[in-house]
Amino acid sequence: MNEENIIVCRCEDITLRELREAIKEGYDSWDKLKRYLRIGMGPCGGKTCRLLVLRELAMVKNAPISKLYVRKTVVRPPTRSVPFNALQKEASL
Amino acid sequence: MTYELIIIGGGIQGVATAYELAKRRAGKILLLEKTILTGGSTGSCAAGIRAQFGSEFNVRLMARSLEIFEHMDEELGYTKEYLELWQGGYLVLAYSGKEFEGLKRNAEVQHRFGLDTAILSPEEVERDFPRVNIDGVVGATYHSRDGHADPFRVTFAYAEAARKLGVEIREWTPVSEILVQNGKVRGVKLQDGSEEYSDRVLVTAGAWSTALLKTAGIDLPLWGEKHEILITEPWERVLGPMVISFSRGFYIQQRPHGSFIMGLPPVNPEHWYEPEEFDFSSSMDFLMRMTKEATHVLPFLQGVNIVRQWAGLYEMTPDHHHAIGPVDEVEGLWVAAGGSGHGFMFGPAMAEQLSKWMSGNSMDIDLTPLAPGRFKKGALVVEPAVVG
Repeated sequence: MNEENIIVCRCEDITLRELREAIKEGYDSWDKLKRYLRIGMGPCGGKTCRLLVLRELAMVKNAPISKLYVRKTVVRPPTRSVPFNALQKEASL
Repeated sequence: MTYELIIIGGGIQGVATAYELAKRRAGKILLLEKTILTGGSTGSCAAGIRAQFGSEFNVRLMARSLEIFEHMDEELGYTKEYLELWQGGYLVLAYSGKEFEGLKRNAEVQHRFGLDTAILSPEEVERDFPRVNIDGVVGATYHSRDGHADPFRVTFAYAEAARKLGVEIREWTPVSEILVQNGKVRGVKLQDGSEEYSDRVLVTAGAWSTALLKTAGIDLPLWGEKHEILITEPWERVLGPMVISFSRGFYIQQRPHGSFIMGLPPVNPEHWYEPEEFDFSSSMDFLMRMTKEATHVLPFLQGVNIVRQWAGLYEMTPDHHHAIGPVDEVEGLWVAAGGSGHGFMFGPAMAEQLSKWMSGNSMDIDLTPLAPGRFKKGALVVEPAVVG
């Protein structure tokens, strides 16, 4: 399989190749990759990509996912995208 | 080991200063970051850059900072696209005659330092920025070179350039104590108990600086203040400028990436001095207030999806200006923090001028009035153009 054709992050269109290159450049943790590639910061909030990225990091680091550093889970509301107009009525009260 | 300089804090200020000093051949530099680069206030900021300030200091520094941003691609070897530099301007809206007069006074200062800030009537705002709802607007100012840069990418670019010049950067290395002996700085003690030595230490740890300086017996009136922010899904480019109001507090900008990033100051700001107090939670109150302001001033946002909220710390000082320069009480100890919500945008210029100061060269913009000793002497500097 061509790693250029494998999309790891659907929100930001990040391919497996881009992910692997970023890891090689030194962005070798979930939190760094997020800031560098914006992976996990799209509408899915990491639901699709997080485990894929962690699995890739685990392979590179030759360590189980449980041993990788991942910052304590931070909840970023609204967790599922919501349009402004869904809140507008309540917001004007 | 012994270094010429140890910098504590891997945000824009620390990383850019490391680069600027390395460029001036300041010797072996060690930069220590508690988490990851941009892990503090730089990484949670709104990414705006603007020269539309009111104090002479801020206007001159930001005019210089914009120049640095404009040439950062050549300087650091990354493209403008990578750095997400976008100069769509800042449109500053006034909602009262008094506020408009204030903006015009600020524009005079900006004109004096070579910026071509335009003064606009509500009709001109409507003509030039048809997506902006001018309801309640009595006037505005617009400076086209203001805009956006990506705080992560800019900091990473400085870090890579600094590494190439020999700067040693260590992430995940919290400092527990600044070592002082006979009134002179000696180095730092790390959380793992080991020590690194230098007769110069620069603290660029944002709101975390206060607690660090306390370990050296220094009392700096610099506190963290939680500010919340949100971001939407990306859209095609529909909005050029950052739309901002100092009186209502909102700021809204479309990033080159397409998403809209926006914030509002807290209603009752708390002053936190101890890292244990820092709170980064997101609130429903902010979401509701932001919705109300955003959909009023930019009605097209109604159909845009909100993706994520987060919070970060403004690192505040009593006069909303940086505390930058040597600390009077301890020889060799320097601080550069307290951007008061503007640390990222000032970072490049502050780093450049500070590196000149630290390497004994004359500064183009004299930073000495911003030295931390001013708070004790009561020599505060006033800035009228701030949000919150």
